[in-house]
Amino acid sequence: MSTLTALARAQAVVAGRAQPIATVRHLHVHDHPLVLIPLVMAGEANAPLAAMVGTDPARPRLLTVGQPRNRDERFAFAADLAATLVPYVDSFATDTEDVAVDRGRDVRRRYVDAPQIWVPNPAGVDFLRLFGRSTRFRKTDGDNPVPAAVPLLGRWLTFFANTAEMPGSALLVNAVQALGLHWVTGQSSAEDAQFGVQLAWIEAGAAAAREAENGPVAGPATDPDFDNRVLAPLIERSAPDLPRVLHDLLLPTWDRMWRTLALLRRLPVGERVRLRWDADRDAFTAFAQTLAEGGPPQPRRDGAVAAAARLQRLESAASRYAVQRAFDDPLVLAEYRLSGAAFAGTVTLANPDRVDDSGKRPVLRPRIMVHTGEPVRVEPGASLTSPARPSQKARVISINPAGDGVDVLLELSGGMGRRLVAEPGSVPAVGERLILTTLSEAYRPGGALPEPAETPWTHGGPPVPFADQPDPSDQPDQQEGDVVAAARGDLQEAGAEFVTGTGRVLP
Amino acid sequence: MESRLDQLRGSGRAKRHNARTIAALTGNPGCNRRAVLDAAGIDKQRLAEHIGFPGSFGQSRFALSRGNAFEAMLKADDCARLREVLGADAGLGYQDLASDTLTDRHEQTVKTLADAQSALIDHPLLTLDVAGQTVYLEPDLIAYAHHGRLQVVEIKSFAIVDGQADSAKVSAAAVQAAVYVLALRDLLQRLGQDPSTVSHEVVLVCPADFSFHPVAVVLDVRKQLSTLRRQLSRLASVTDLIDALPAGLSFDLALDPDELVTALAHIEARYAPECLSACELSVYCRNEALGGTAALGRPVREALGGISSVEEVLALAEGRREPAPEQAEAAAMLQAALRLRNEALASAFPAPSAPSVSEGPS
Ligand code: SF4
Repeated sequence: MSTLTALARAQAVVAGRAQPIATVRHLHVHDHPLVLIPLVMAGEANAPLAAMVGTDPARPRLLTVGQPRNRDERFAFAADLAATLVPYVDSFATDTEDVAVDRGRDVRRRYVDAPQIWVPNPAGVDFLRLFGRSTRFRKTDGDNPVPAAVPLLGRWLTFFANTAEMPGSALLVNAVQALGLHWVTGQSSAEDAQFGVQLAWIEAGAAAAREAENGPVAGPATDPDFDNRVLAPLIERSAPDLPRVLHDLLLPTWDRMWRTLALLRRLPVGERVRLRWDADRDAFTAFAQTLAEGGPPQPRRDGAVAAAARLQRLESAASRYAVQRAFDDPLVLAEYRLSGAAFAGTVTLANPDRVDDSGKRPVLRPRIMVHTGEPVRVEPGASLTSPARPSQKARVISINPAGDGVDVLLELSGGMGRRLVAEPGSVPAVGERLILTTLSEAYRPGGALPEPAETPWTHGGPPVPFADQPDPSDQPDQQEGDVVAAARGDLQEAGAEFVTGTGRVLP
Repeated sequence: MESRLDQLRGSGRAKRHNARTIAALTGNPGCNRRAVLDAAGIDKQRLAEHIGFPGSFGQSRFALSRGNAFEAMLKADDCARLREVLGADAGLGYQDLASDTLTDRHEQTVKTLADAQSALIDHPLLTLDVAGQTVYLEPDLIAYAHHGRLQVVEIKSFAIVDGQADSAKVSAAAVQAAVYVLALRDLLQRLGQDPSTVSHEVVLVCPADFSFHPVAVVLDVRKQLSTLRRQLSRLASVTDLIDALPAGLSFDLALDPDELVTALAHIEARYAPECLSACELSVYCRNEALGGTAALGRPVREALGGISSVEEVLALAEGRREPAPEQAEAAAMLQAALRLRNEALASAFPAPSAPSVSEGPS
């Protein structure tokens, strides 16, 4: 938690209203998103109870499962959901554009648009991941056949759930996180996880938020009291009014989802949001192609090389996302100013025509002096960037105390055209106010990884091809001691996770 | 002491402890209020309802019935499935100690465990010293004795899918299991036996993937054990706390809500957002803590330099208040943060339409 965000929370308490922590929208909001609100049966492992789904706020579609413990009904639900979700997704796999690759020597195709699914909260994403896991390996023939749409749905859901882990991806968005990126409330972040309450803080304030605490849940878990009083009797006698009850339960959240979309659309979009959506379209295109080519379902677990490569992609996406947000939004950049990783100042001297001819070829290297009263925690030699001119580098030559602050002498390179005279406006002029930061958008290549087929034995050896794997839909399947789990974390930290590895058969 | 506790509780029956309440108790060891109320066995849930701040701590019938069905499946046919998943041989004895009176059961437990060589022992009754009080634990657990070792077996009905499970649930199960390990070790110690016979590795038996088929995994609870021990020893001695309370103080649920609220004010609380999922009194305490930075969560409070009230934070940030010497650093930070925040907001939403603090870009 940065001090700036914490301060905004304190302001929200006093004002009784949520406070902005962003001045632009950091998220692509689709013109035609699909909203999906899943509901599950308590106690069961991922047994859907209902879902409200659709692309038109005026026409929600309700899917229900009369007997959630019944396997056939569960897969009928999956087929139903597929009937809405798959055509929606497919509708984007039509028009393509050419994208230059390899410095223009080649082109690849990319769909001009991609789907965007909205769920209320992170638990909704978790549900989709598990539901994808429980459906993508299902067989459409043999002993317990399921409708053909079921495994296809499973593969799409797995794809979306995986993209949701990628920082900055907007193919599968959860409303709680999307709102939390732009506003803070006057309560704890744990309490913000209740979608209706968080939205009430933003729309109407603290009092309305307290009211909303007693309102219907946003799923996927139901309220235990509701289970005991309402749901259990209905399910026990297979009551025909179950769909109506579930409709009424879900409808307020449905409306809130669309209000959230409207709220976010009102914010001006950040400049670099488009870049991230481009990457999302690439991911969508690639996966649609894999499906079209008849590729196997995603494995239950990544092999060692795939897992390492994925981790690397996640890390670089996270740092790119952080930099892009800071460059797009002065309020996010302010956090870096507070910590000394960025400072604002005024240009007091400028030598835009300076040429360095000490090397083989003369090069344009203008120098500017920037005066600032803010803390400067950089050393001479450091390379800085200004969000206003992201392709230009500013190397710190010297830092000297001056008046109430410091003078920073900088040497510029890049972003000034190809000639020995800088293009007009490309060198900051005297009097211009400038923000400089150690953050940089420059591409940083990750370390090299071996090919999956060359996975060293220390990391489990090469992954087994899909066809050779035992069919994971045949239960039981976890018995052979390939999991030994250890819990991490202490009492304060509710964050244990299974660490998997080669294990030992019990006891 | 007993009578003082009875007096605090009043006419109601004392609530019994279980591993979950002890885990929760140590989750907020600095809270005197909880320590006293729990020591006296006061029903916090009913207390909260009575004073108009009910929380929701119910359990779904669906979850309960699935849990029971899973356990029954494991224990059917003389624990056939449980033996199978534990890799225990069929000749192993099974003893269920569930019987009606507490003392009987505890004696049974002591006797059985004292000479347990190879057995599955169900529903033992254990005791643990918590904040100077001996509390009974009625764990839903099986102690698995084999090769001279005792292992705690916990049956849970949440699913383990591809070796992964809900981290909050695993973590809660680990803490509870650690409470049992601790209680079992205490018991052996009292019997003059080696407490380290009880393994720090507990066995969690859960349904695998999306089936009802059991899978056993081993959890190492050493970390949870040491945290638990540290926090139990740190729990302020309840005796001292109770001695310091005014004479005649009572939380009898027959009293008026107003009187109970006044009584609560005599015992200091230490609210944190974590209380919301761990303590039945949390809605009341949250209301009491309104306006404090602690109510926003520890990370927020720390980022605000540890200043305790929200009003004070803003007064320091706006320079309306002279910081105390130890607040100087935090105040400078807050002022810089406010200046930067206002500057960025003003540049994005230029006057005169600049939103006031109370509005934002909605
Ligand atoms: S809710 Fe209140 S009584 Fe319970 S632990 Fe928190 S502060 Fe203590």
